[in-house]
Amino acid sequence: MNLNIFILIAMIALALWTVMTRSLLRAAIMLAFTSAIISILMFRLNSPIAAVFELSVCTGLVSVLFISTIGLTHPSVKEETFEHMVDRLRKFKFLPFIIIGMGMALGLVAVKINLQLPLAEIETDARTVMWNLRPLDIIGQVIILLSGVFGVIILFKESDKK
Amino acid sequence: MYSWFILFPLLSVIILNLPFRGMMNKIAIWYALALSIAQVYLVLFPVNIVMPFLQLNLNADIISRAVLLCIAIVLFVTILSAKYLIKKEDKLFNFVNLLFICLAGMNGVTLVTDIFSLYVFIEITAVASYTLISFYKDKDAFEAAFKYIMLSAMASAMMLAGIALIMLISGDTGFFAIREALKVSPHSSLIVFAIAIFICALFIKGGLMPFHGWLPDAYSAAPAPVSVLLAGVVTKTLGIYGLIRIMVSVIGFDGPLKQALLFIGALSIVVGALAALGQSDFKRMLAYSSISQVGYIIIGLGTGTALGIFGAVFHLFNHAIFKSSLFLNSAAVESRLGTRDMDKMNGLASKMPVTGITSVISCLSAAGLPPLAGFWSKLIIIVALWVSGYRVYAVVAIMASVITLAYFLSLQRRVFFGRIKEDSMNIKEAGIGLTLPAVILTAIIIGVGIAFPFLRDAIKF
Repeated sequence: MNLNIFILIAMIALALWTVMTRSLLRAAIMLAFTSAIISILMFRLNSPIAAVFELSVCTGLVSVLFISTIGLTHPSVKEETFEHMVDRLRKFKFLPFIIIGMGMALGLVAVKINLQLPLAEIETDARTVMWNLRPLDIIGQVIILLSGVFGVIILFKESDKK
Repeated sequence: MYSWFILFPLLSVIILNLPFRGMMNKIAIWYALALSIAQVYLVLFPVNIVMPFLQLNLNADIISRAVLLCIAIVLFVTILSAKYLIKKEDKLFNFVNLLFICLAGMNGVTLVTDIFSLYVFIEITAVASYTLISFYKDKDAFEAAFKYIMLSAMASAMMLAGIALIMLISGDTGFFAIREALKVSPHSSLIVFAIAIFICALFIKGGLMPFHGWLPDAYSAAPAPVSVLLAGVVTKTLGIYGLIRIMVSVIGFDGPLKQALLFIGALSIVVGALAALGQSDFKRMLAYSSISQVGYIIIGLGTGTALGIFGAVFHLFNHAIFKSSLFLNSAAVESRLGTRDMDKMNGLASKMPVTGITSVISCLSAAGLPPLAGFWSKLIIIVALWVSGYRVYAVVAIMASVITLAYFLSLQRRVFFGRIKEDSMNIKEAGIGLTLPAVILTAIIIGVGIAFPFLRDAIKF
């Protein structure tokens, strides 16, 4: 079994932990770890620019936004949290097996794809990618972060919250 | 020049949040109004403003310009109604900031020429919409926003998967490159799958049957100005314009895809209209009516002919105008009676004449009565269906128009006509913040309806 498979299994385990845990803070941290592992995969698949973006934006910036927002909420009591987690684990205990099973099945079944694939032109200079090829997406990222910030301000910081 | 349609709203958010917040709080709403008027002007009279330091790959044809115009008009009336309905200055300030983000997102969706950028700008608008729906933080709004987030997240995952597969096939995400790549192997199972999931995702974003689960709750639980924006342009730009753009610029129209669009369109028309007929909540009836009207747009698009696409885009424009007007009417009635339950209303036209008249005209336009704007777009769609040989669908569209007329007449009878109830005797017309935008929209409905036969030849489609 090569290293990529181990990394994929670790990614699935962390992603499942993210959705199964009741603690929002723990979920945010696990999501950051999931992103970090995706970045490793991207590095290994020769996509260094995508990996750097994943690491800086998803692992870094988005996690900071999540954690600062969670800091503005009131967590539920410990017993309640534990009950929810146990309940969820009981309901979705088959989920990891289904996901891994589906992955293995897709790997084993050879789907015939009638395609003539073009050769991808890979640009390795990050400056060229960001400023010459994808400036619109960079602007999009800035706007989406602003949108998240205003979401936090309106839903969590305004004084008349219910 | 088109870069400014995205950069202006972004710069506006930055400028408004610079120091001197007190002053910015006061001017924010006027600034937003000025920006929406500027957008109307720039769409109607394009000015070539060159930006030397940043070249964005954007383009606009007549379809994009029609949608940009819709966005600007609906934004203008949304801001006017928000100024009237949102009393706290700092809340209004935050609302305006989110509107700018929404504007940047919708303008981006309209102008991009790349499928991944399309996804990015769809997400921008969707994220801003979640917050806008739950703006007042009440339980129903949170529930509606949550439903929207869940279904929208599913749609986003489908879109991303579709984009990844398309990227694998074409090696690029530009519309032109994808179109060329699809010509090489058009019937590969992978291409069919990628296109199918991408289109399904757009159906979810547009709230079409049977992917409409989030839409009635979101429209009815959102604050009134947000309902106007959502029903008027947000879902239309994200789902419907997105679909039109992908069909026209990337995929093209082939047999099975046309059949799928026609079927989904007809299903939305009929089921949306029948569901609207059974509603007693003013806004929920309008929400189901939206699903039905969007069906007309999709069925027009499904013909795959220039006439059908023109009818679809024209109906998208008309729908944005008459549905925004009707949501403003519902806000006016709710602001005076404190309820949206139509069974608790009656005879309001005598007390709220402006709301009553604008509501009648908007309803008649939605039902497709001449000479209002809605009549022409529905006529074009039905003619396009007939001449393309889809006569069964043409008959369905005509029959559903009768149901549309029935539920809108029922709305009029229950809300505005009949004997006024005792407890409504002292109510007055809604404020100018709700009546003026409705009057402006009604004037557009009448103006476009009367002028259309003369303008038809001038529109180069």
